[in-house]
Amino acid sequence: MASFDGVDYFDLDSLLSEEERAVRDTIREWVDNELLPIINDCYIERRFPKELVPQMAELGIFGSNMPEKYGCAGLNNVAYGLIMQELERGDSGIRSFASVQSSLVMYPILEFGSEEQRQRWLPSLARAETVGCYGLTEPDHGSDPGSLTTRAVRDGDDWVITGTKMWITSGSLADIAIVWAKTGELDDPGSIRGFIVETERDGFVAKDQKGKLSLLASDTSELSLQEVRVPSSNLLPGSSGLKSALMCLNQARYGIAWGAIGAAQACYGEALSYARNRTQFGRPIAGFQIQQIRLVEMLSEITKAQLLALQLGRLKDRGALRHTQVSLAKRNNVDMACEVAREARRLLGANGILIEYQSMRHMANLESVYTYEGTHDIHGLIVGEDITGISAVG
Amino acid sequence: MKIIVCVKRVPDSESRVNAAADRKSIDTQGVKFVLNPYDEFAIEEALRLKEAAGDGSVTVMTLGGDDSKETLRSALAMGADEAVLLKGQTSIDGLGTAEKLAEGIRGREYDLILFGKQAIDDDNLQVPAMVAELLELPCATVVVELQVADGRATAKREVEGGHEVVEFALPGVVAAQKGLNEPRYASLKGIMMAKKKPLEEVDVGDAESRLELIEVTNPPERSAGEIVGEGPEAVPELVRKLREQAKVL
Repeated sequence: MASFDGVDYFDLDSLLSEEERAVRDTIREWVDNELLPIINDCYIERRFPKELVPQMAELGIFGSNMPEKYGCAGLNNVAYGLIMQELERGDSGIRSFASVQSSLVMYPILEFGSEEQRQRWLPSLARAETVGCYGLTEPDHGSDPGSLTTRAVRDGDDWVITGTKMWITSGSLADIAIVWAKTGELDDPGSIRGFIVETERDGFVAKDQKGKLSLLASDTSELSLQEVRVPSSNLLPGSSGLKSALMCLNQARYGIAWGAIGAAQACYGEALSYARNRTQFGRPIAGFQIQQIRLVEMLSEITKAQLLALQLGRLKDRGALRHTQVSLAKRNNVDMACEVAREARRLLGANGILIEYQSMRHMANLESVYTYEGTHDIHGLIVGEDITGISAVG
Repeated sequence: MKIIVCVKRVPDSESRVNAAADRKSIDTQGVKFVLNPYDEFAIEEALRLKEAAGDGSVTVMTLGGDDSKETLRSALAMGADEAVLLKGQTSIDGLGTAEKLAEGIRGREYDLILFGKQAIDDDNLQVPAMVAELLELPCATVVVELQVADGRATAKREVEGGHEVVEFALPGVVAAQKGLNEPRYASLKGIMMAKKKPLEEVDVGDAESRLELIEVTNPPERSAGEIVGEGPEAVPELVRKLREQAKVL
């Protein structure tokens, strides 16, 4: 039985199909029963709960919006979004794992891979027998990925790849990495291509990123590729230029726009329940104006974000989605979730700094979510360019 | 192995349920309905028996209105093969409901009929045994372990302070208790497949009732707790109150 029944002030459930609700409820129940009981320990131990991955695969979470012929569930994008929402209600790290596996590893193989590559990898990735990661960002090339310096050089029938990738979710767990490298000159972002790199290949080293204060229940690693040799059949033949890499991010950002709502719902739910039960000055603190307004602000923002995400999903299912709309939604919804988490933490008073309450964990996680997959500011500039016609980054 | 599982659509135990203004029913506004949790054990057991046998089918059946189709599809999403909706309303009188279910089951092939031991809405605990009686079948209720072999079933039942093991010839009726198994989650593929599986509708009419519903009321408001004192010195007073006022010691 689900112990969380969602935040739905405007009966948005009535805008969902029976299957969409069933998908959401299944993931919600799974998060309640399997993830929430262990997430605090994982967070404190700085450990990704990889024991949950086979269950997630069994449910069909990975690549759930991809075709059945590759072993996927063939859900629509709204259902996919609802899955991300529920996972992130548990923890942003778990949602990140699912986003990377689905949107950043399976998607590029589906979109830019050969039929042979799809057959080889997609069913295995859906079953999580293969775990993937995505290497685009580099230590000195974050918001400006077109300037990346990883090179792939042709040598006979092989490609030889050298470079360093940073902030790689699942990097140390992964069996394969989708690595983006320049096949031409360093000043030519059009020469960027995607490669499937098996992590067991010589010259490939993944190193855990130490010192994080966010996403503690997630594997974040640095990848080092020293003349890693892959056969030409590992090149994603349909990938072409930076645009291909950004198309993957667009898929992941779509899921983040939904996921952030889940984190915000968890914080709001916790704050509301705490406010009703915590007594000060002889009455529940929910009876004080300042906490009521705080809670109402949270609820208003969550409700608006829900409507935004739902329409985003309907547009995507209709094939009418523009990437600038994804940028606006990611930017708005993650910022909203950051605010809700912070306000919830404050409402919780001293208790709010403890791991046994969720809000500070979400608050810390969301700082990463705010920053990754295109920072808040970069998404602002993407929309800014779209509405003014002038690029702010040259 | 052909198995029929009878299920019911009930309010989610997490939902707050209130008596309706007419005080003859519950106010369904904002109430979420789910597959009766005990029925999940019955479905899971049916799926496991079918999987172990290597062939057969699992049919889920319910008495209810169109909204019960969603409940049936939840069972199909878990893995049941087909569903039957007996269109008509259930009754507060378990026998009325049992009559309609028995009518729906008669003429079908089955080795076993499974139920959840009770529906969590009206808590009658009547229907499985009554269906068994109407179909002249053996019946084991509150079952926590079930083995089926060579046309016979062995069921371990929960009884006060212990267990009881019974054996009977199939076909028979089994009512599942929590602990019988760990129900699986409906997979996302299962949810997508559910709408493609057959869902037969049969008009059976509303169940009769020999009981007249007089009134539905909310439980009384819980009175506020009392803090007796703090620390070890409060213990004697607490024990006295538990003994004399609450009468729980």
